[in-house]
Amino acid sequence: MIKIEAILQPSKLDAVKDALLEAGIEGMTILEARGHGRQKGHTEFYRGREYTVDLLPKVKIELVVNEDMKEKTLQAIIGAARTGRIGDGKIFVSRIDDAIRIRNDERGEAAL
Amino acid sequence: MCRRIKLMLLAIVLGVPGLALAVAPDLNSAPSAQATQAKVEALQQAVNAAQAASVKAQAAAASAQSAGDNAWMLTSAALVLLMTGPGLALFYGGLVRKKNILGTMMQSFAMMCLVTIIWAVCGYSLAFGHGNWFIGGFEHLFLKNVPIAADPNNFYAPTIPEQTYMIYQLMFAIITPALICGAFAERMKFSAMAIFLSLWSIVVYSPMAHMVWGVGGLLNSNGGSIPSLDFAGGTVVHITSGVSALVTALYLGKRIGYPQTKMSPHSLVLSFIGACLLWVGWFGFNAGSALAASSLATSAFINTHFATATAALGWTIFEWLHNGKPTALGAISGAVAGLVAITPASGFVHPMSALVIGLIAGFVCSFMVFKVKALFGYDDSLDAFGVHGAGGTLGAILTGFFAAAAINSNNKDAAGNVISGAIDGHWHQVINQLIAVGISWAIAIAGTLVLLVLIDKTVGLRVSPEDENEGLDLSQHGEEGYDFAT
Repeated sequence: MIKIEAILQPSKLDAVKDALLEAGIEGMTILEARGHGRQKGHTEFYRGREYTVDLLPKVKIELVVNEDMKEKTLQAIIGAARTGRIGDGKIFVSRIDDAIRIRNDERGEAAL
Repeated sequence: MCRRIKLMLLAIVLGVPGLALAVAPDLNSAPSAQATQAKVEALQQAVNAAQAASVKAQAAAASAQSAGDNAWMLTSAALVLLMTGPGLALFYGGLVRKKNILGTMMQSFAMMCLVTIIWAVCGYSLAFGHGNWFIGGFEHLFLKNVPIAADPNNFYAPTIPEQTYMIYQLMFAIITPALICGAFAERMKFSAMAIFLSLWSIVVYSPMAHMVWGVGGLLNSNGGSIPSLDFAGGTVVHITSGVSALVTALYLGKRIGYPQTKMSPHSLVLSFIGACLLWVGWFGFNAGSALAASSLATSAFINTHFATATAALGWTIFEWLHNGKPTALGAISGAVAGLVAITPASGFVHPMSALVIGLIAGFVCSFMVFKVKALFGYDDSLDAFGVHGAGGTLGAILTGFFAAAAINSNNKDAAGNVISGAIDGHWHQVINQLIAVGISWAIAIAGTLVLLVLIDKTVGLRVSPEDENEGLDLSQHGEEGYDFAT
């Protein structure tokens, strides 16, 4: 099992969600997040006072898929989220030891 | 009511000559002395009846005017309270960080309660009682001898009950100290704030209101020895609060982390709603200061609206040129600056002058906030001085330039000349305005400084650094403005 964590521009959430559903992904968890990478923040002005905002609003999608779904899922996310500009986000992929469905004790891939 | 009076007047107008015509032919015949006598008596009775009807009609007209004026003044009083809560509470509340919103709103709300009690006990008497040139007397303590019926000989307002005048003026006394809260936002103890502003309302507000508006006051435009023009409180409300705000900000020092830490407004939406409520409420503040539902009220209403529009524009243009973007905060701040600046002038100037006053206020106040504050480095957190102190001073002085006898000729000096501004050639009025500005600055600085030192040495003014970091909501009130987890 593979966990995919994708940090995205909030404006791309809907497109990525649709692409994932189309790719056959059945479940996902979405978190509102703030952060920055190499992308610099932006400036805001309040009564002439200038503030640099470096932690920008992002969304993070977390999903766990079968090994054979990995590439398809990654391509769906990349295809929908890429604008080619700085700030498009990042995807992290990691292995998952086990999964448990709380309702009925199903284990492993059966629980996904 | 009005139709009934008209009908009565019509009856009198038609009735009297009608009687004369009816009687006249009889006089030409040669009646007996007795018959003539009877006719004269009948005529006399008719005249008496007509006179009685006329007196009654006049009384009805006066009562109708009194009812109309009282209705407007009670409405205005409610509008001025609307400026403090929710207007100012939302405006200031949105400008602070979210951990301080309740603490900030509570400061305005506390004034609605505390100043009310002070006003009832002694504030009104000290402001509007007889007394001397500086402060009112004690004859109205506990609102004693403040009549509930309108009295045509009343010094303040001949057509409305003095009780109406009292409650209307109370709303001014409430908002004035509440304005100061903007300068010490996010760092003063609730207890210290309550004591400070309660005493401030007695020590600074009441004397200043007495000098400018009270009977026998030094600066009163109606009988004062230095008659100054302040229609709705440029000196009394905005200079006193704005200058006291500056003194408080300087005395208290900066917030922890200012100016390095980001302290941007947590909800400009709230501030936006608050500013628009201030704009609406200000019609009660300025047009209500005509103390009647009169054409003067119309004049003040229009001027208030016009100056606000141009001031919002002035600030926005300045900011657009300065930072490259017209901000919502800039637009609403400019609007408030315009409302402040037109306040003393609202019942004295032409609408075109109001447009000019507003535009100047928009530029001057934004300059104060953008440049002067940064230059001196004081932490007037929500710009109470930059907007109210600077805007009030500007407005008071510009009133001396733009006041026109054609708009308001009610105020006369000792020689019986109408008091108006440089626009009518009365340049000495500018001097009088400057004196009034100087006196209000002086009393604000002195009174505020004494109170701050006294309270600092006894209960202490500032919250602990831990409490300040935690926020006033939790540290002072034990609650949170926003709890999205529940």
